[in-house]
Amino acid sequence: MCFQQKMIHSLFLINCSGDIFLEKHWKSVVSQSVCDYFFEAQEKAIDVENVPPVISTPHHYLISIYRDKIFFVSVIQTEVPPLFVIEFLHRVADTFQDYFGECSETAIKDNVVIVYELLEEMLDNGFPLATESNILKELIKPPTILRSVVNSITGSSNVGDTLPTGQLSNIPWRRAGVKYTNNEAYFDVIEEIDAIIDKSGSTVFAEIQGVIDSCIKLSGMPDLSLSFMNPRLLDDVSFHPCIRFKRWESERVLSFIPPDGNFRLISYRVSSQNLVAIPVYVKHMISFKENTSSGRFDVTIGPKQNMGKTVEGVVMTVHMPKAVLNMNLTATQGSYTFDPVTKVLTWDVGKITPQKLPNLKGMVNLQSGAPKPEENPSLNIQFKIQQLAISGLKVNRLDMYGEKYKPFKGVKYITKAGKFQVRT
Amino acid sequence: MTDSKYFTTTKKGEIFELKAELNSDKKEKKKEAVKKVIASMTVGKDVSALFPDVVNCMQTDNLELKKLVYLYLMNYAKSQPDMAIMAVNTFVKDCEDPNPLIRALAVRTMGCIRVDKITEYLCEPLRKCLKDEDPYVRKTAAVCVAKLHDINAQLVEDQGFLDTLKDLISDSNPMVVANAVAALSEIAESHPSSNLLDLNPQSINKLLTALNECTEWGQIFILDCLANYMPKDDREAQSICERVTPRLSHANSAVVLSAVKVLMKFMEMLSKDLDYYGTLLKKLAPPLVTLLSAEPELQYVALRNINLIVQKRPEILKHEMKVFFVKYNDPIYVKLEKLDIMIRLASQANIAQVLAELKEYATEVDVDFVRKAVRAIGRCAIKVEQSAERCVSTLLDLIQTKVNYVVQEAIVVIKDIFRKYPNKYESVIATLCENLDSLDEPEARAAMIWIVGEYAERIDNADELLESFLEGFHDESTQVQLQLLTAIVKLFLKKPTETQELVQQVLSLATQDSDNPDLRDRGYIYWRLLSTDPVAAKEVVLAEKPLISEETDLIEPTLLDELICYIGTLASVYHKPPSAFVEGSRGVLHKGLPPRTGSIEGPESPDTAPSGEPAADQPSVIPTQGDLLGDLLNLDLGPPVTGPPMATSTVPMGAVDLLGGGLDSLMGDESEGLRSDVGGSPAIGGSGSFTAAPSSTAPTNVGAPLGSGLGDLFDLTAGVGTLSGSYVAPKTVWLPAMKAKGLEISGTFSRQVGSISMDLVLTNKALQVMSDFAIQFNRNSFGLAPAAPLQVHAPLAPNQSVEISLPLNTVGSVMKMDPLNNLQVAVKNNIDVFYFSTLYPLHILFVEDGKMERQMFLATWKDIPNENETQFQIKDCSLNADAVSSKLQGSNIFTIAKRNVEGQDMLYQSLKLTNGIWVLAELRIQPSNPSFMDLELSLKCRAPEVSQYIYQAYETILKN
Repeated sequence: MCFQQKMIHSLFLINCSGDIFLEKHWKSVVSQSVCDYFFEAQEKAIDVENVPPVISTPHHYLISIYRDKIFFVSVIQTEVPPLFVIEFLHRVADTFQDYFGECSETAIKDNVVIVYELLEEMLDNGFPLATESNILKELIKPPTILRSVVNSITGSSNVGDTLPTGQLSNIPWRRAGVKYTNNEAYFDVIEEIDAIIDKSGSTVFAEIQGVIDSCIKLSGMPDLSLSFMNPRLLDDVSFHPCIRFKRWESERVLSFIPPDGNFRLISYRVSSQNLVAIPVYVKHMISFKENTSSGRFDVTIGPKQNMGKTVEGVVMTVHMPKAVLNMNLTATQGSYTFDPVTKVLTWDVGKITPQKLPNLKGMVNLQSGAPKPEENPSLNIQFKIQQLAISGLKVNRLDMYGEKYKPFKGVKYITKAGKFQVRT
Repeated sequence: MTDSKYFTTTKKGEIFELKAELNSDKKEKKKEAVKKVIASMTVGKDVSALFPDVVNCMQTDNLELKKLVYLYLMNYAKSQPDMAIMAVNTFVKDCEDPNPLIRALAVRTMGCIRVDKITEYLCEPLRKCLKDEDPYVRKTAAVCVAKLHDINAQLVEDQGFLDTLKDLISDSNPMVVANAVAALSEIAESHPSSNLLDLNPQSINKLLTALNECTEWGQIFILDCLANYMPKDDREAQSICERVTPRLSHANSAVVLSAVKVLMKFMEMLSKDLDYYGTLLKKLAPPLVTLLSAEPELQYVALRNINLIVQKRPEILKHEMKVFFVKYNDPIYVKLEKLDIMIRLASQANIAQVLAELKEYATEVDVDFVRKAVRAIGRCAIKVEQSAERCVSTLLDLIQTKVNYVVQEAIVVIKDIFRKYPNKYESVIATLCENLDSLDEPEARAAMIWIVGEYAERIDNADELLESFLEGFHDESTQVQLQLLTAIVKLFLKKPTETQELVQQVLSLATQDSDNPDLRDRGYIYWRLLSTDPVAAKEVVLAEKPLISEETDLIEPTLLDELICYIGTLASVYHKPPSAFVEGSRGVLHKGLPPRTGSIEGPESPDTAPSGEPAADQPSVIPTQGDLLGDLLNLDLGPPVTGPPMATSTVPMGAVDLLGGGLDSLMGDESEGLRSDVGGSPAIGGSGSFTAAPSSTAPTNVGAPLGSGLGDLFDLTAGVGTLSGSYVAPKTVWLPAMKAKGLEISGTFSRQVGSISMDLVLTNKALQVMSDFAIQFNRNSFGLAPAAPLQVHAPLAPNQSVEISLPLNTVGSVMKMDPLNNLQVAVKNNIDVFYFSTLYPLHILFVEDGKMERQMFLATWKDIPNENETQFQIKDCSLNADAVSSKLQGSNIFTIAKRNVEGQDMLYQSLKLTNGIWVLAELRIQPSNPSFMDLELSLKCRAPEVSQYIYQAYETILKN
C-alpha cells in the first residue's frame, strides 16, 4: 500500500501511561503499531516534555505535540511542513478546550462522537477545512447539558444543517446576524516577563511577551479601531487575520471587524534591546557542605521597579539537586512544600509587602555519602501585577463604526512572570 | 449523558447486538447504534463486519446520521469494495441536493473512498460540483480532484479536470483559489514533469491577491507555491517580496515560516546595494525571534530552520544572540538546538556573553547538554581567535570541578585547541595530566594520550604516563590503542635514550598480540621506519600537522542553498534534501536559489558547453598565409630560432588585436579578487580532520624493503600515492603531409613535475631531405610559448621520423583566443613555412600548488557570485569517488574534502591555472547503473569563460 499522501494521514491521541485512546484516519487505516516508535522515543526521553516533536520511522514521520497531559501524534508519509502540522494539532487541542471546557482524556472520551465529527470537519484530505471556532460551532454545536436533554426529548441533533455563514465571506471569522441585548467589548492587555537573572542579580536576558485578548459581544457587523498612546512600542507584532495590516503600517491603528466572542487580537514582543523593567529581586544563599551532608538555604524576595503597584501571587519553585533528601525551612510568609520524590520545592508567598520582605530559610538534608551537588538550582518565580502593563503600553481609545448602538467598553491590564528564572 | 456509554459492551456478541440495533425501525435507536459503531472505530476496533447494515442507514434526512455513516464509509470502503457500490446511488443523489452543505459533504466523502469501481461514478457529480454556484462546494470539489488524481491519475487527465482546476485559480473566491492551488501543488508533486502550475506574472498576481484574503492554511499553500516561482528580474522579485512581507506578522507560525522561505529565496536576486535589501534583512529578524516564544515543538522546528538561515545570512540575527540563551526548563531538544545556533552567532563582539552562558550551562544537570556545552566552549575557542585564551581558562575552571564527564569533554576539546593554536597553551598540560586517572571514555583517553605524545618533550614523566596506559593495552578500545602506539613512537623519537624498552614493548604488543589489522599495520610501519631510517621516521612521525579549521560543521554551500529552498519542510528539520529521505521520492527535483540578476547579459550559457566537441577537437589547418596570423610569420625564419620565443617580441598589428579586449575579463577581475585573498600561501593539506595522528599514514618515502615477510606490505603502498604526472593524450595528426609539402606533424601536450611540453613527431613523407626546422606560436590565451628552440639535430631523410619534446613556458604574450585553448603554430623548414592550429587540453596548465585550504575554499565558494557557477554532466564514468579523486590529483586537480550526502559522494576540489586563476569544483558522483557513475560537475571561477574547458579537461582525464 503505497500511494502518495500529503499532509496528515492519521492522528493518535495517547495518554501519559501510553494508552492510545483515540485514533482517526483521514485516508486508509494505519496500524497502531506505528506508535511503537513513539513509545520508544518516549522511553528514551525519560521526561514527557523531552520527547522530540519530529520522529522518523521507516515508512512514516510522527509529528507530535504534548498538551494537557495528552500526546497528539500525527502520522505523515511524505514531505510536509512540520510547523503546519504542529500548528494544526495545537488548533485541534484548542478546539477541544473550547468545546468541552477542558482538553482531557475524560472529556474527549465523553464526547467521542463530537470529537470525531470535529476532526472530520477540520481536515479534508489533509487540507485544513474549518478551524475557526465560530464556523465550527455553526457546523457542530458544542455539548451542553441543556442541549443533550432537549435533543433526547425532541430527537434533534447537534449537527448544524445549514452552511456556516462566515465560511466563505471575506471575513470568515465572523458569522452574520449576531445579536446581543448588552453590547460590550473588553480588552485584556496581558504582559509576561521572560527573564534570566544571574547569580549577582544582573539581567542576562529579559523580554516582554504581550498579548491583547479580547472578548467582544457586539451585534451586527461592527468595525472597530483601537489606538494606543504609544504605538511605537509595538515593533514586533503578530496579528489576528481580522486586522487590516495596511492601516497599521500607515497609521499605527488596529482596525478590524472582530470575530464574535473570545479571541487573541494581537501578540507582541518588546525585546531585550529596550529596557525591560524587572519588578522583583531575589537575595539567595544556597550552599551545600560536603562532609556534614547538609546545606543552607536562605531566600528573600523583594519588590523592585514595580511602578508603585503591588506584586502579588508570588510563587517560587525550585528543582533541588537529586542528592537533596529533605528540607527544614521556615517561611516568614506563606507556606512551602518540598516533594522528596520530584525534589521540587514550592513556596507560595502571596503578596509582597515592602515593609516586611518574605523570607524562607533553613537546613537542607543531603543523602549521606553522596558527593555534594555540583549544580546550583535555578529559582523559578511567578508573580502578578494588576492594573499595569510593564512595557508601558496604553490603549488610547476604541471607536466603532458601522453600527448605531453604544457599546460598553473596557480595558484591563495585567503583568505576569513568564519564564522568569534566577540563577544561583 | 456522555458518549462514554457507547463504549460499554454486553455479554452477547457486541457485533450481533449492534447489527440488530442498526436494523431497528426507530430512527433514534439507529442513530445511537451508528454512534456506538463510530466509538468502537475510534479506539481501533474492527467493525467492518457491520458494513451493509451501516450503509443501509445512509438514506436519511437526518444530517447527523448521514454524516456518521459517511465517516464510517471512509474508514471501511476500501476493505469492502463490493458493498461500497451500494452507496454510490445515494452519493450521486446527494450531489444534487438543494443544500450546498450536503452537496459538498457527498463529493468530499466520495473522494475519500478509495475504491476504483466508485471513481468512475464520481466523475459526473464532480464535474458539476466544480462549477457549482456555491463557493463552498467548489472549494470542496477542488480538493476532490487531488484525491481522485491520487487514485486514478489517467482518469483525471482524460476527464479534463486538471484544466477546470487551473481555471479555479482565477475564481472570485479566495478560499477556492487557495484550495485549487493546494490541489494543483499536490498533483504537481507527484508529476514533477507536468507543467501544471504554470506560473507567470499574471497568475502570480492572482495568487498574491488571494493571499491577502484567504485563510491561514490557504496562505501556506499559496506561499509554498510562490516559492517555486522564478521571477524574471530583480524588480519583480522585489515587488513580490513587498507583498509577502506583511505575512511575517501573522499569528500562525507556519505562515510566517513559509513567508520567510519566499523572502530568503527571492532576496538572492536583489542587489545588496539596494535600500530595500537592507530593509528586508531588518524585517526578517523579529518574526524569527517571535517564533521562539511559541510552544516548544514549534520552537524546535523554528530553531532547525534558523540554523540554516544564520548559515546563509548571518547578518539577519547577529544582534539577537540573547534570545537563544537557554532556560533551564526548556526541553532538551530545544536546548541543544539553541546551543548550536549560539556558536554559529558567536563573534568577537559577543563572545564574553556567550562564554559566561556556556559556563553556566556546564554546571547544569542534564549530562548530554553539559557535554555539548563544554564542546561548545572549544568550538568558540577555535572560531573566535581572540577568545581562545578565555575559553581555555574557562575549560580549566571546569576541569577543577572534577565532575567526571565534564573533565573528559574538556580534555577532548583542549586537544583540538592545541591543534588550532600550536605552542600557545601548552602550559595547561600539567593540569590535564592530574586528571589522567579519572578518564574512562575512549575519546578522552585517546585525546589525553595524543597530548602526552605530542608534547612529550615538555612532560618530564611522559614515559611513566604512557607506560601506565600500556599496562591494560589489550583492554583499551582500538582508538586508544592506535593513539598509544603513535604517542609512544613520538616519545621515542623525541627522547630515544630512556624509552627504547617502552617502544619495543608497544610495537610487539601491536604487531604480535593484536588481532586488529589497522593496529598491526601501523605497528609494522613504525617498526620498519624506525629500524631502517630513523631520520625519515622522524620526518614522517613528527611532521608538522595542518591546522584544524573551525568550519567543519558548516553545511556545504550548494546543499545549504538547496535547503534554503526547503525552509519549513521536513528537509529543513533533517538538514537533508527531501530526495535523501522521503520514501519513494518521485523524480528528484533539485531546487536551487535563483541567480542574482545581471547574469542575463553574462557570458555564454553553460548549457552549450558539453556538445559541439568533435569539430573543435580536430586539428584545423590554416589554409593560407594572411588574416589572423599575419604578424606571426612575417618574420624572418631564416636562421634557427634561438633564445626566447619570438612571439614576445612581435609588434601587434591590426588583425591581431581582434580579441585583445576580451582578455581583461579573463585576467583582470581575477587578480584583484582571488589572488589577494590567497596571498600566495602554499596550501598544505588542510583537511581539517579532528582525528589525531595523521603522522602514521604516510609511508611513501620509506627506503627499500627489508627482506623478510614485510616486503609485500610496501608493495601494496607503492603504486598508490605516487605522482605520475598528468594525463597525456595520444598523439594526433596536427599537420597532414599533403598540406605541408610532405611534412607531417603529429603531437600532443603533456605536463610532468611542473613543466609543460609539446611532444612532437615530425615525419618526412616527401622525397627530399628536410632541415632547418624552426617553430613559433602565435600569441594565445595563456601565454604559452616554446621555452627552447626546436632542435632537430640531423636533417630528416625521406620516410624518417623524429620525436621531439619541446619544453614550453607560459611567459609569452597573451591574447584571448576563441576557443580559449586554441594555439596557432607556425613551423618552418628548408622548404617552406606551414601553419596549423591545435587545441591544447587545459589540464596542462593546472599547477602543482592548486590545493586550496578548506576554509579558504568555503569562503571563496561563497564569495564567487552564483552566476559564475556552471554545471556539467559527465556520463558513464567507471570510477568510484576515490579513484576519481586520485586520478584527478594526478593532473593537479586536488580534492579538498569528500562527503557522503544522501548516498552520493561529493568531492570538493580546487585547481589553479598557470596564470593564477583558481577554479573551484564540486563533483557529485551518483551511480547510474551498477558499474557506471554519473558525475555532476559544478564549477565556480571568477573567470567563468574557462569553465567549459576545465570541464573538457575533467572529461578527458576521467575517460582515459
